[in-house]
Amino acid sequence: METIISITPFLVVLIPMLVIPVLVSSSKKPNVRETWVFVAGFAMFSLVVSMVPKILSGSHIALTLFQVAPGAAIALRVDGLGMMFALIASSLYIVTSLYSIGYMRGLNEHAQTRFVSFFALAISATLGAAFSANLLTLYLFYEILSLATYPLVAHHGDAKSKISARRYLVFILGTSIGLVLPAMIYCYHVTGTLEFSTAGIFSGQLTKPGAAVLLLMFVFGFAKAGIMPFHSWLPAAMVAPTPVSALLHAVAVVKVGVFSIVRVITGIFGVDLLASFNLGIVLMIISSITIIVSSCIALSQDELKRRLAYSTISQLSYIVFGMALLSPSGLLGGSIHILMHAFGKITLFFCAGAIFVATGKKYISEMKGLGRTMPFTFAAFFIGSLGVIGLPPTGGFYSKWNLILGTLESGHTFFMAVLLLSSFLNAFYFLPIVYQGFFGSVRVSHGQSLPSAQLIPSPTQVPSSIPVPSQIKEANWRMLIPLVVTALVSIGLFFFPDIFVDMILLGFNMSP
Amino acid sequence: MSEILSLIVAKYNFWLYIILMMIGLYAMIAKNNLMKKLVGMNIFQTAIILFYVSIGYKYGATIPIIRGDEGGHGVHDMVIHAADYINPLPHVLMLTAIVVSVATFGVAMALCVRIYQRYQTLEEDELRMRLSDKSHR
Amino acid sequence: MNNMPAILVIAPLLGALISGLSAWIEKKFSYYIALTAMTISCFAALKVLGQVMASGTIEYRMAGWAPPMGIELRIDLLNAMVLLLIAAIALVNLMASFKSVEQDMPDRSSSFYAMYQLFVVGLLGLTATGDLFNLYVLIEITSLSSYTLIALGNRDRAPLAALNYIFIGVIGASFYLLGVGYLYIITGSLNMADVASILKGIQGSSAVLTGFILCILGIWIKMALFPLHVWLPNAYSYAPVAFARIVAPLMTKVMVYVMVRLMITVFGFDYIFETLNLADVVVWLAVAAILAGGFMALAQNDLKKMLAYIIVCEIGYMVGGAWLGNDTAMTGAILHILNDALMTFALFLAAGNIIYMKKRVEFQDMKGLFATMPWTMAGFVLAGLSIIGVPPTCGFFSKWYLLLGAFEAGAYHFAAALIISSLLCAVLFFKLFEIAFFETPDHSCDHAGNTSMNAGSMKSASMNGTSMKSAYLYDSHSHQPAKASSTADETCDGTNTAPDKAHGHHQVTVMAEAPLSMLAALGVAALSLVLTGLYSGAIVDNIIGPFLAL
Repeated sequence: METIISITPFLVVLIPMLVIPVLVSSSKKPNVRETWVFVAGFAMFSLVVSMVPKILSGSHIALTLFQVAPGAAIALRVDGLGMMFALIASSLYIVTSLYSIGYMRGLNEHAQTRFVSFFALAISATLGAAFSANLLTLYLFYEILSLATYPLVAHHGDAKSKISARRYLVFILGTSIGLVLPAMIYCYHVTGTLEFSTAGIFSGQLTKPGAAVLLLMFVFGFAKAGIMPFHSWLPAAMVAPTPVSALLHAVAVVKVGVFSIVRVITGIFGVDLLASFNLGIVLMIISSITIIVSSCIALSQDELKRRLAYSTISQLSYIVFGMALLSPSGLLGGSIHILMHAFGKITLFFCAGAIFVATGKKYISEMKGLGRTMPFTFAAFFIGSLGVIGLPPTGGFYSKWNLILGTLESGHTFFMAVLLLSSFLNAFYFLPIVYQGFFGSVRVSHGQSLPSAQLIPSPTQVPSSIPVPSQIKEANWRMLIPLVVTALVSIGLFFFPDIFVDMILLGFNMSP
Repeated sequence: MSEILSLIVAKYNFWLYIILMMIGLYAMIAKNNLMKKLVGMNIFQTAIILFYVSIGYKYGATIPIIRGDEGGHGVHDMVIHAADYINPLPHVLMLTAIVVSVATFGVAMALCVRIYQRYQTLEEDELRMRLSDKSHR
Repeated sequence: MNNMPAILVIAPLLGALISGLSAWIEKKFSYYIALTAMTISCFAALKVLGQVMASGTIEYRMAGWAPPMGIELRIDLLNAMVLLLIAAIALVNLMASFKSVEQDMPDRSSSFYAMYQLFVVGLLGLTATGDLFNLYVLIEITSLSSYTLIALGNRDRAPLAALNYIFIGVIGASFYLLGVGYLYIITGSLNMADVASILKGIQGSSAVLTGFILCILGIWIKMALFPLHVWLPNAYSYAPVAFARIVAPLMTKVMVYVMVRLMITVFGFDYIFETLNLADVVVWLAVAAILAGGFMALAQNDLKKMLAYIIVCEIGYMVGGAWLGNDTAMTGAILHILNDALMTFALFLAAGNIIYMKKRVEFQDMKGLFATMPWTMAGFVLAGLSIIGVPPTCGFFSKWYLLLGAFEAGAYHFAAALIISSLLCAVLFFKLFEIAFFETPDHSCDHAGNTSMNAGSMKSASMNGTSMKSAYLYDSHSHQPAKASSTADETCDGTNTAPDKAHGHHQVTVMAEAPLSMLAALGVAALSLVLTGLYSGAIVDNIIGPFLAL
């Protein structure tokens, strides 16, 4: 396996950071500012894409930036898994940028420059995490991401977002400092390295209880993955503007959490070590509990974004579950679920935001019949739901298929039932929304449309008394295009998952 | 008992400086008046100066000024017994320490004057009362 | 003969003299003389560090007298680093001080600059010296100048705070002097290297033990190790800002340096960790310092006081690291001298900027600061993150070495204390960030007048005339439509915008930032946090590692 030294991954991380001063200085001219966002987005994406052929040919791209201690450097290294994650994040960044222009302008949000600046910082940290060569670098970008997201969650600046932002921080920063940091330093203390390698970094230094404690410290410490009981920041963080919820709380932030767990399981411990200690079962139980419980909670949520948030928590645990199976199909299914769920869930969030901007509605019970006025949105919503439930013809099917295969492969047939049960639950909490949207009867009462006083009614908003069923009234095109695109990609991934499968297999050193 | 007594007598200079130090420390901690505290501080410093002076001393030795009999170049020819002269170094060091303690005392006095001008008192409890009044207001 | 080490110390000494005298001719001169002296000193420090790194330890004989009789400046990698740190912070702070001195004590500026330079002379001298008694004298020079400078601060409280500082400072210095006396009795020498070589043969002596304990106790008092810290919070928070900014980062850290110097160069690792059995006790003390400092900081509602208690907490880091008894932890402690000085400096610079604009820094005065002083707050956030220990700021990397050393020594209580204090600091700082981000200054809810962001700071900004006034980053408030009703009420409890009722568009948040010189200083300090963080590997490899290997 060849390792290429190249500055490209560093440039990818650097571009969004470098564009921030430009964004700030053009804060008075929103159009110029947004142009720069796209310039940065496309530059980033094309650089990421330019690395794809090398990765697919089996090489790695690496760059050591700062040697901070012997065996611990701030270093970037692109492998298949990181590449897949970077592709997701950078492509969705462009789509989300377009969407957020529509959303932020549609709602006349305040402090848009601050918003796009921290958004760029967050995406930079996400890509950095994707390209991290070792646990130290991963931790660094993980923390930057936590802090960059804080002002985004707190965006509205009112009492509710203050409480949410505080909870967000307590969970994310508290666990990463309190659990991950000591665990990481302990690893370094024992082995003298933090470099990811498929064989793991330990060679007989750990006892079984020690390994179990360390593993749990990591799994709970990366609280962005939303493993219960460290999940409640995610529903709270839904007070953020929808583009934040969409990109960060369905893709970037939470996926960095699970990505970190994937890295720790496959790169620090190594699959073989965990298998020999038989620790997979512990993780499986933890993640199964999260999968089922949060699905059940999702059923009872009436606020659409909160339902999506609980669904995210449950789906994230699928990924952890896939890792915990410690079998080839499980690893593949779990990792590719990062991709499949990303496109499915971001579509759903985009739809939620589009509905909110167009009608001001955010409770599911108010959305009956809305599908007839917003057909594209609800069609996309339907596709997104299928993706998350895991039904063909969406990519989600592929990942769930592999996960179920993995349970059979590793002989944990009981857990297959968990997966199936959860899929049913998913269907229960998503499909009625679509059904009611298209076929539900319209009954809108006055004064219910704006439950929260601090939300600003948009000038384009339809007065709540007149949704004329036949009249098509979608959100503006800047919001519609992204959600259609992600929905189509979600379908496309069902037919063409091969390139990503190859990346993942290369990332895990498995033969395709 | 006699051993302890002989220990005390043999190193009486140490005991003396310790007693003096403790007197000074007591005054600094327990006295209410800032000036008395200052005096305590001075006693404390002087105790250490005395300690240094005493460790340079030798029985039967004289001050370390070497007198050449023929003057001029004769010094080199003489045999000098270190035991005949007390050790000048600690004494010289103490000149510096005295300067330091005087300077500290001066600064502290100046501060006392400032405090007195502001509050018309140097009693610490009264000062505290006035300060807390001020912060409440 | 290379005289750089002497120039390093003497430049500010002469500068102090000339600054004081020049006040009779023209007051402004004293500032520029101080600036020149500090620049020379900083340059010399850079030069000295280069020399030491290139060709090893410099032994500079003052006036050519050979040690052990003569006084020697002995500069190795460790104190070369600390010297550069002192000189650089003194210079940068001086740049930022012009405005705040003008504001605080226009009539006494030249005496301030003279004393300021004397203070720096003391710090530089006690870092450079290789002589135990000389160290005492320089500690006292430093302390004396800091007593006077602190007394220049808050008119009501500073004199009393300074006087209490004198009492405790004198006790500390006297203990140290006494300890040196015992060492002198037993070794007959005052030169550090000389004393160290003699001590190797007589480690069991009780006089050495007494001397050691007295010296260390004296230094601990001076560095405010819990529970000997009581003088620090008052002294630092009532000092004039321009001085608090330098004494807070440097004084305690240089004392930690002195402790490390005594431990490594004079007494030696063998003596401390094998002959004595104090390490466990001291590490527990450090744990107590960390936790006590953190919790007491949590109880404060004044920024300066809170920062002062954070210093108490950080002292625990360094003392604990130094006494864990392995090279990794010692590396962490030494690295933390550097890092903590920079972090504290940046924090106090930010606090200084806020004080300059607002006069007070109780927490309620910080409301809405992100809108009015975004640059200052950016620096403040970075420094706060560094204290919490978020990579890539430098605070993370020293914590890294300290934690590693704690694991190596099996001192899990110390590791736990470090983690807990990180969390405490996170709570502390994010509490502040929340206040500065979410809350609106009280008078902006004024229904009657123009609902400008901060009338008070605007006034002072226009008074000073130099403040930058611009609206940026928060301009996008302009997109907020006028909400005809309930505007003012909502603004009070919620958003940090205050829409202009009259026009309904283009509400512009007025920035009232500190003068450019102060901002620039903060920028330099904040940048140095990230740079030292990223290059901490190089610092450890080239400076601390070789030093400890000797």
